[in-house]
Amino acid sequence: MSRINSPAELEAFRRNLLSERDPNKTCITLCSGSACHASGSREVAASIQEEIQKQGLRAEVEFRRTGCHGFCEQGPIIVIRPEEICYFQIKPEDVPEIISQTIKEKKIIERLLYTDPGTKEKIIHESEIPFYKYQGRLVFGSNVEIDPKSIDDYLALGGYSALAKALSQMTPELVLEEVKKSNLRGRGGGGFPAGAKWEGSRNAPGDVKYVIVNADEGDPGAYMDRSLLEGNPHSVLDGLTIGAYAIGSHEGYIYVRQEYPLAVENVNIAIQQAEEYGFLGKNILGSGFDFVVKVHKGAGAFVCGESTALMTALEGRAGEPRPKYIRSNVVGLWGKPSVLNNVETWANVPLIINNGADWFTQFGTDTSKGTKIFSLVGKITNTGLVEVPMGTSLRDIIYKIGGGIPGGKKFKAVQTGGPSGGCLPDDLLDLPVGFDELTKAGSMMGSGGMIIMDEDTCMVDVARYFLNFLTDESCGKCVPCREGMRQMLKILTNITEGKGKEGDIELLEQLSETAKEAALCALGKSSPNPFLSTLKYFRDEYEAHIKENRCPALSCKELISYYIDPEKCQACSTCLKKCPVEAIVGGKNQIHVIDQEKCTKCGTCFEVCPSRFAAAKKISGEPVPPPIPEEARTIVRKRKQK
Amino acid sequence: MSEILLNIDGKEVKAKQEMTLLEAARSAGISIPTLCHHEKLEPYGACRLCIVEVESRGGTKIVVSCVYPVEKNIVVRTRSEKIDRIRKMILELQMAHAPDSFILQDLAKEYGADRDRFEKESSFCIHCGLCVRYCAEVKKKNAVGFVDRGIRKEISFIPEIASKECWNCKECFPLCPTEALQAAYVLIEALISPPPSFKREAEK
Repeated sequence: MSRINSPAELEAFRRNLLSERDPNKTCITLCSGSACHASGSREVAASIQEEIQKQGLRAEVEFRRTGCHGFCEQGPIIVIRPEEICYFQIKPEDVPEIISQTIKEKKIIERLLYTDPGTKEKIIHESEIPFYKYQGRLVFGSNVEIDPKSIDDYLALGGYSALAKALSQMTPELVLEEVKKSNLRGRGGGGFPAGAKWEGSRNAPGDVKYVIVNADEGDPGAYMDRSLLEGNPHSVLDGLTIGAYAIGSHEGYIYVRQEYPLAVENVNIAIQQAEEYGFLGKNILGSGFDFVVKVHKGAGAFVCGESTALMTALEGRAGEPRPKYIRSNVVGLWGKPSVLNNVETWANVPLIINNGADWFTQFGTDTSKGTKIFSLVGKITNTGLVEVPMGTSLRDIIYKIGGGIPGGKKFKAVQTGGPSGGCLPDDLLDLPVGFDELTKAGSMMGSGGMIIMDEDTCMVDVARYFLNFLTDESCGKCVPCREGMRQMLKILTNITEGKGKEGDIELLEQLSETAKEAALCALGKSSPNPFLSTLKYFRDEYEAHIKENRCPALSCKELISYYIDPEKCQACSTCLKKCPVEAIVGGKNQIHVIDQEKCTKCGTCFEVCPSRFAAAKKISGEPVPPPIPEEARTIVRKRKQK
Repeated sequence: MSEILLNIDGKEVKAKQEMTLLEAARSAGISIPTLCHHEKLEPYGACRLCIVEVESRGGTKIVVSCVYPVEKNIVVRTRSEKIDRIRKMILELQMAHAPDSFILQDLAKEYGADRDRFEKESSFCIHCGLCVRYCAEVKKKNAVGFVDRGIRKEISFIPEIASKECWNCKECFPLCPTEALQAAYVLIEALISPPPSFKREAEK
């Protein structure tokens, strides 16, 4: 491959690429993101390659392993283009049939299609499936068409044309103006306007400036940035280079988690390809602008997602936030002006440059423009990554796209914003998602984690879980965070174990104030959020735990008991046989009784008791009824006596 | 060097441009409590005891005075109901680890802090980092450092360096705000149970 030396050469190269690609040629795309990888995508890929060969279709059929399609619940996913036939949960043994039936005979295989859980209707095309239909995929959309290891795939879709436009038709000031006009806000958590951040760096004195990609995503259950960096690494490089041009930086870093091997691999390949093509390096596209990018693998501390801790770690020191009151866009990495934006923010930049700020601002709310990718996880039917315009309601995301709560359970709360975010109850479901809207409601946008909880979730336990995560991930430098959380976690653990006492809530509130007001960094300052938001909307659950020793969600092990309703027990022996600690006394025609001394509250009896009897009960906050006397335990069965 | 005029606790204070609020306040005889601050060391901002309220551009915010630079015409309050409440909490949190520290006890008296508010986990160390930073910044030896993070974080001497450097120095001992013996204890611990690699080195 020879270097591309000008925007005109890039256009010519792209036209040539497209002329060699027949849009009507059958192309099988297979989702090969990390989630599908875990559910066997690699084996399916091997099987597809083998089968194409075996059935003599090498010339007619193209096969492409793409990034994440987002519908991770249903992976691995195959989309056959141009018809856009979509098959889900593919196993290697399905492949010969797909090739012989669908590819050769053009016949649809019904059993591999998506079945709408509501209407039971089979859906053939990806775009008609509710999960996809209600999304607006500006940033994530290309993932399904691109082999992330192929720069040509990215170029065929118009890749690096934004960079070419910026370098050849716009001054750095104009690029900056456009980004400012777009009101693009940081997708990593804070929601700080990217344009203002860039401008601060541009105007800061000094010749050496840095641009950095924050790919240190670490929220439990969140994997938006991972999928974007794995699936479309060039879009991030494209945006990063444009940003570097705008602020006058010639060196960039990608700080990516070591735990994301595929992202590391794909972004390294992407950098190498971009260097070969001349999108990185000296005199990019003949513009005279030089820019290089290096990948730095993070050692896996959550706090390194915090901007100053990330820069400290990048400098080779322990990842602790800086105490300074100077913005890092002025004094950042190695004391130089540094613009740090997250993966998704950078990936938005080429779209803004190509389509203009006016196009971008048509999506979203007054103060939050564009789209946002969320990772929809937890008690939700359609687990996966969804991208929606800002302003879409939580209800639409959870019900229209997410398909609601599985198992006929009731929705209880949605946790947004990662561990330092908050839980919102059902009466806030019509809240439009946006930076300020979520913050006002007591949660936050964060980087886009969205964890759905159903009625079986105990909100005190949720707060305890996130506090436990944050305590583990605190760097330990400042007292309000390290010591405050240590105590908060102790108190919350006590409450979930039935050892809560009067005054606990007030003490937690005071500890929260100390952290919020006096902690050093954003992690510490927002650490009380899981507690504060659950207290705000679910105070009654805290009070039930403390005052009545009752867990309303019947979830906290120390506060629940299992017992068998003697009126309903049919002595079927199922629970008796399954109990792992032999805590159930009974026999043939003998009503079963749980020995509370032996019971470990594992819940097996409750799960296995046939639903037509529903004799095993879970109770909380009330004494277990005394076992019925042994002489009254015999069941007299009328029919059998006949 | 231009002078900056600001108001601290109702008093007009003249400060040099590169000063922090803490330095400006102390130069004017106004005291602000600190645990991790030391004149010879870079500001660390870890104990958060030196928080003050700053009124500037129409808003009030809480900042740590040991790091915050002086600004023209700002109004600083070193005590308020909220500041005192947070300082009290910080002291109580620290006293779970070092209940017998004289410095903490004196401050506790001033802020009405209850040394027994939280369950004791007497580790002595309150992670002020004075020993670690003094050894690194002043002595440039790095014989003592922090290991692990969060609530598992602790100070530890590096036997290879400590065995050579510490006996004739021990300048970090009197810096410790909880108990001079704390540093001594950790040092001895490092030297009597050195890692296997060090033992081999010593036997040569």
